[in-house]
Amino acid sequence: MAELQTRTEPVITVKNMVKKFGGFVANDNLNFEVFKGEIFGFLGANGAGKTTAIKILSGLSIPTSGEIKVAGFDVYTQTELIKRNIGYMSQKFSLYEDLTIKENFRFYAGVYRVPQKEIMPRMMDALAEVGLIKYKDRLISDLPLGWKQKLAFSIATFHNPGIVFLDEPTSGVDPVARRNFWEQIFKTVQKGTTVFVTTHYMDEAEYCNRVSIMDKGKIVALNSPNMLKAAYKVDNMFDLFLKIVR
Amino acid sequence: MNRFKAFVIKEFRHLIRDPRTVFVLFAIPVIQLLLFGFVISTEIKDAKIAILDFSRDDLSEGLVNKILASDYFILETELSNINQIEQAFRSGQVKEVLVIENNFGRNIVHDGAGAVQIITDASDPNIASLLDSYTRNIILDYQQEISNKTQAASTIIDVEYRMFYNEELKSAHLFVPGTMALILMLVCALMTSVSIAREKELGTMEILLVSPLRPLQIVLGKVVPYMVLSFIDMLVIIVIGHFVFGVPVRGATSLLIGTGTLFILLALTLGVMISTISKTQQIAMMISLVGMMLPTVLLSGFIFPLKNMPVVLQAVSLAMPPRWFLQAVKDVMLKGAGIAQIWHYLAIMFGMLLFFIMVSVKKFKIRLD
Amino acid sequence: MRTIIYIIQKEFLQIFRDKFMGKAIFAIPIIQMVILVYAATFEIKHIDLLVVDRDGSSASTELINKFRGSTFFTVHKKQLTENEIKAVLDEGTVDLAMVIPQKFEASIHRDQNAKVQFLIDAVNGTAGELALAYCRATVMSYSKELLIEELGFTQGVVQAIKISSRYWFNPNMNYKIFMAPGILAILITVIAWFMTGMNLVKEKESGTIEQLNVSPIQKYQFILGKLIPFLIIGLFDLSFGLVLAKLLYNVPFVGSLSTLFLFTLIYLFAILGIGLFISTISNTQQQVLFVSFFFVMIFVLMSGLFTPVENMPRWGQVINWFNPLAYCSRVIRMVLLKGSNIHDIRFEMLIMFIYGIVTNTLAVWRYRKTS
Repeated sequence: MAELQTRTEPVITVKNMVKKFGGFVANDNLNFEVFKGEIFGFLGANGAGKTTAIKILSGLSIPTSGEIKVAGFDVYTQTELIKRNIGYMSQKFSLYEDLTIKENFRFYAGVYRVPQKEIMPRMMDALAEVGLIKYKDRLISDLPLGWKQKLAFSIATFHNPGIVFLDEPTSGVDPVARRNFWEQIFKTVQKGTTVFVTTHYMDEAEYCNRVSIMDKGKIVALNSPNMLKAAYKVDNMFDLFLKIVR
Repeated sequence: MNRFKAFVIKEFRHLIRDPRTVFVLFAIPVIQLLLFGFVISTEIKDAKIAILDFSRDDLSEGLVNKILASDYFILETELSNINQIEQAFRSGQVKEVLVIENNFGRNIVHDGAGAVQIITDASDPNIASLLDSYTRNIILDYQQEISNKTQAASTIIDVEYRMFYNEELKSAHLFVPGTMALILMLVCALMTSVSIAREKELGTMEILLVSPLRPLQIVLGKVVPYMVLSFIDMLVIIVIGHFVFGVPVRGATSLLIGTGTLFILLALTLGVMISTISKTQQIAMMISLVGMMLPTVLLSGFIFPLKNMPVVLQAVSLAMPPRWFLQAVKDVMLKGAGIAQIWHYLAIMFGMLLFFIMVSVKKFKIRLD
Repeated sequence: MRTIIYIIQKEFLQIFRDKFMGKAIFAIPIIQMVILVYAATFEIKHIDLLVVDRDGSSASTELINKFRGSTFFTVHKKQLTENEIKAVLDEGTVDLAMVIPQKFEASIHRDQNAKVQFLIDAVNGTAGELALAYCRATVMSYSKELLIEELGFTQGVVQAIKISSRYWFNPNMNYKIFMAPGILAILITVIAWFMTGMNLVKEKESGTIEQLNVSPIQKYQFILGKLIPFLIIGLFDLSFGLVLAKLLYNVPFVGSLSTLFLFTLIYLFAILGIGLFISTISNTQQQVLFVSFFFVMIFVLMSGLFTPVENMPRWGQVINWFNPLAYCSRVIRMVLLKGSNIHDIRFEMLIMFIYGIVTNTLAVWRYRKTS
């Protein structure tokens, strides 16, 4: 993926973010900015603090200290305003298994206050994009994992949020489905959406404009994949990761 | 075997990790016993009544005083006319109204007959019939007092009576075995069925099934912790029943505990059977609650006497494990029965146990294929 | 407002998609109204009486025939010793034994002071007491007959006080019209409480709650969206149960049904608040189940549905102030059987309203969108 050509204004700014659970420091003084329209990758081993950070940024969790703004709103006092302007998709693909595709779309669209008249036509567009129109009356529980994940993403971005947070969205899916899923992400970015994604697949890190690598609650590296590879003199992200985290 | 031991220990930890569950497990039997022992009773004391005395002479006031002097009644209000009766009942305050006719005393002295009417709120017929008979007994006593003064005969046959096993009429002899049946059902059958159904619902059962543990070991591993807990619950109930409520253990203690253990096994296999036919926790819960808890309370003869139920329900109750357990336990505890007197109850329970095991094994196999 | 409607629509879709739950909403009222109403009664229809007649006179035979003539009693006549009687009582085949002593007839005529003795298996206290009461009444009526017919007393002297009994609101002492409204109260309570309680926790277990927490749904919208579907189901089951009560038992609807529905609406609001609150403090359905079962059991037993609340100790009555089921069982019977109006049940309504405000506030407060 090409480097981001022009730096736009930041949509997420994080200064000195700390999150403690009792004596355990999950996020230790994080600092970074995410710019409009970029794909920002968050890498790290399990337990490095990625999910904690994404939960704070999406308003699910309150940080212990630090100055954090998402879409121009403060995470301490304006979480509800943040929630209107973001999309969120977790590793669990939180669709209702006992509802159909159509019913899931209608429910989430309603919750995000998409005007009623627009819901059905926009749903058809979204389903056409992922090629699932003829399955719209199928129950989620009957669908293969790769489809569920595509649908979860369509639903997370259905209300055209400025920023979408993806928490390990591709875990447990086969390589082809993962590739397809990233195509879906690129299309969304072209519309101007910012994507914040956590992953532990190093090949996916290559798709990001910039990545930050976390280890034991700290950010240990942050730059574009190419710059990082050059700086650490490695060929691929996997070697990079091993080199940094060790 | 070591693997199995590790699995049981894991399950046990899992169970006691949530303090709420542990609290409920031990609080339920204790609180239920306390409720039945100190709060709930089918006898009536201090019922609120209203009096409508048209006569207000010495004899009528004597009667009113005698009624209010008993423990059964408290005067809520005195009425002055018939029309007030309905409102007294409708506001729910008063359970009985005693109406004494005009010139009550003069009628007794002159005609040998004064009239009173007992009006009860029969929207609760249990209370109504009890209050009615209490009041009647007091009035009959009063009549005896009057007639003794006037040397007139009133009865020629005296009734003497003796209550067996339970001279002081405490209901503890009934609710302690009943609580035991209910709690063992709850812990063994309801908890086991929901906890196995949970593994199925969350998909973790498959992980267990592909592990080196054999299916039988998995089921046993889930069941053993509940077996231990319910055994403790049983002992707690027997101890509280004996030392707090004075329920005797006239038969052999070993027979009592043996009967309880058989029932625990029976309830556990019932729980396993329910879990094999339920896909989700909610379904397991519904089947357990509707299919087991309610019948345990209602069709085992624990609160409501069986012989007054319609024949169909009596027939249904024959298939209820707690019914046989209660019979056996009551006979051992209260009547000092030995194994010779209760072997047929035990045999029926054992037969049910085998049946539940057979069904569970069959269902379990079908699911694995 | 639109958001709430979307949540409600989703809840109904899920409830009726689950084949078991969809059926349970209809099946549970039917099972409860058909089986429980018949089972839950203290009414005594039948007494097995063992008779040991040691006199064998015409007077004793006549007394026994009195018992034979009543539909309540089945007389089992045997000659047994005291210990043998105890053994028969042990077996549990009879409820009580009547012993007519020797010289029974002679005493009647000589000093007008004869005795009969009853031996009772009192393992079931209430049943023993009622059985005894029936027996005494039978003996008394025989005694009265003797006074009048054999010994020539006039009736006036015998019965100095004439007692008549009237049973208001249920003159035939029909136990079913008493039990049916009580069972209805349990029905709507259990359905509303358990279904809401488990519903919210199910979203926690499946992870969908997180997806809702990152959405702009307001707390109050979420709680209302979860509350209203079960409020509707509760009211539906009340209507369904009332129809069954009318068809099966001809329960009288003396009071106004709109009063009953108004009260039930307020009552369900309180109950659903409890269910929601419990689910906000639990993580698994199993926890909700046990905590709920614990309270529902206490509430049902103390509510006065099956046993009188009058003679509870003071502290029991104080606990009952916080027992919503005690208010509900009382009001349902008051309105249906006695025709109590809104004015008569105003305190119960007010208390349930406050109860509902408190429990729902707790639920909204405890429901955390953020951690």
